[in-house]
Amino acid sequence: MPTLSRQYSSVWITLAIVLAIVFFFSLLWGAIVITPNEVFSSLANASSRETLSLNERIFLDIRFPRAVSCVLVGASLAMAGVLMQALFRNPIVEPGLIGTSSGAAFGASLYFVLGATLHFNAGVWTLPLAASAGGALATLAVFALSYRKEGGQSVIPLLLTGIAVNALCLSGVGLMSYLARDPQARSITFWNLGTLSGSSWNSVIIIGIALAVCFGFALRFAKSLNALAMGESEALHLGVNINKLKIGVVAVTVILVAVSTAFVGVISFVGLIVPHVLRLIKGSDNRYLLMGSALLGAIVLTLADLVARLLLAPAELPIGIVTSVVGVPVFVFLLRRNKHYF
Amino acid sequence: MLSLENITVQVGARKLVDNISAVFHPGKMNLIIGPNGSGKSTLIKAISKQLDFKGTVRYDKKPLADLAYHELARFRAVLSQHTEVAFPLKVWEVVMMGRYPHFSTQPGPSDKQAVEEAMHYFDVTPMADRDYTTLSGGEKQRVNFARVLAQIWYSSPGQMRYLLLDEPLTFLDVNFQYQFMHKLQQLEQKNDLVMVGVIHDLNLAARFADSLLLLHDGKVLTQGTAQHVLTKENIKQAFQIEPEIIPHKDSFYISF
Repeated sequence: MPTLSRQYSSVWITLAIVLAIVFFFSLLWGAIVITPNEVFSSLANASSRETLSLNERIFLDIRFPRAVSCVLVGASLAMAGVLMQALFRNPIVEPGLIGTSSGAAFGASLYFVLGATLHFNAGVWTLPLAASAGGALATLAVFALSYRKEGGQSVIPLLLTGIAVNALCLSGVGLMSYLARDPQARSITFWNLGTLSGSSWNSVIIIGIALAVCFGFALRFAKSLNALAMGESEALHLGVNINKLKIGVVAVTVILVAVSTAFVGVISFVGLIVPHVLRLIKGSDNRYLLMGSALLGAIVLTLADLVARLLLAPAELPIGIVTSVVGVPVFVFLLRRNKHYF
Repeated sequence: MLSLENITVQVGARKLVDNISAVFHPGKMNLIIGPNGSGKSTLIKAISKQLDFKGTVRYDKKPLADLAYHELARFRAVLSQHTEVAFPLKVWEVVMMGRYPHFSTQPGPSDKQAVEEAMHYFDVTPMADRDYTTLSGGEKQRVNFARVLAQIWYSSPGQMRYLLLDEPLTFLDVNFQYQFMHKLQQLEQKNDLVMVGVIHDLNLAARFADSLLLLHDGKVLTQGTAQHVLTKENIKQAFQIEPEIIPHKDSFYISF
């Protein structure tokens, strides 16, 4: 009987190597191709900005933070998918489907448009806070509305309520985009389909801090979530405090999704595809899935962003289109393969 | 020793369990029987801290209310009717879950040993790497027996161990039912293990119980040895059907 880490470390190492390679190419390729030499010279001379060439500056201020954003957002969304699936004991649940992402987008767009009028300000954390509040409210609404006294939380009401709340939040986003003066918030495609073109070091730092904190908590939940796979009462018999676990998992998931969504818009299906692929590779232990999904989520989103950048270069495709093209078939496949998911 | 003092479980105006007191001793097969709706499952749920109740349950001297779930899980295991997992997990991963209350992130050598021995005891070692979701009902329940036993595999000085069984034999065929009861009978001889089980089949109860609690309408109708409890009159009163008690060797069986 192999230990958990020894059994899974080969997968983790492979994913880390792939991520390093993919990350490197995402630094180089785009509307403007940057050479490895320019990468190294701009990193070496980053302190003396004036001496940098145009390409070196594009790399430092645009390409590099965007590549890092891809890694962080991909990791966040995929981990959120693992957490939600474990919580609902169902592999077809993901944050984009149950209102978290669109609620966060609505909260963020509300802040963009009304923040100045309402004098609501908490420094750099204002935007992530507004997004988290929106994401949390929408998620709780879906939970509460789909909960049945008999039978608790089952998947069909959950997904249907998710559709309704998603529609409401996205029309709210539409209204805000219509009213907006801020050029970023004005683009409805930004919120609905997502893009990483607005990435800055500022957003990288905030998403990075949120991810680091959530990652730590998520790993602590892993064992309890494994036990939850057998159902609530079995987990209870194994010493899991179910209510505490649920609150913790929902909080971590909402923060992961909302902070990312605040800066890059709604990107669906990453949280669905990544855990599914990892389960096919090796198994369903949540510790393995969380570590693996952080790596594979980063890889998937980096690849998706490369496609979004390169396919119509110099124009860009919204990244949500790329993830949906891959994600929808996976979703339909999961639905058709196993009736017991309902 | 597990003691129940005036346990009452009330839902709305209806008392599912009505003022039940009982004491369960180690080294014995304590079984609870009764017709559907008599409160036997509710009683085991109260003992395992799954629902609110009035009265006091004591594990040794400690009231259940003072025990947190994670403390309780270190010396008390519960086996239920049937357990499905939501994701494809390997058999040894499921059995290892029994050790979860005993380690924080990585299982230690004693955890692995407990899992190996428990799997061996219930003959599931050959299927250690199989996907639990693909097993048959009987195989699944063997794996769950191994998991639940792994949870309380080691005795520790000054601490009783408790095994609660919530109709674990329902849906199993007769061969498995007797196999499991024999395994439990071997285990019960350990003098630090308190075993309390709800069981449906009166003949299994007659054959294996050292002490029986017969429930009816949420109350204890009678308790004691099988000979004393499973009489024609008691069974008729509880189950509304007249049985025939047929002596067989040094025991008896019940026919309807």
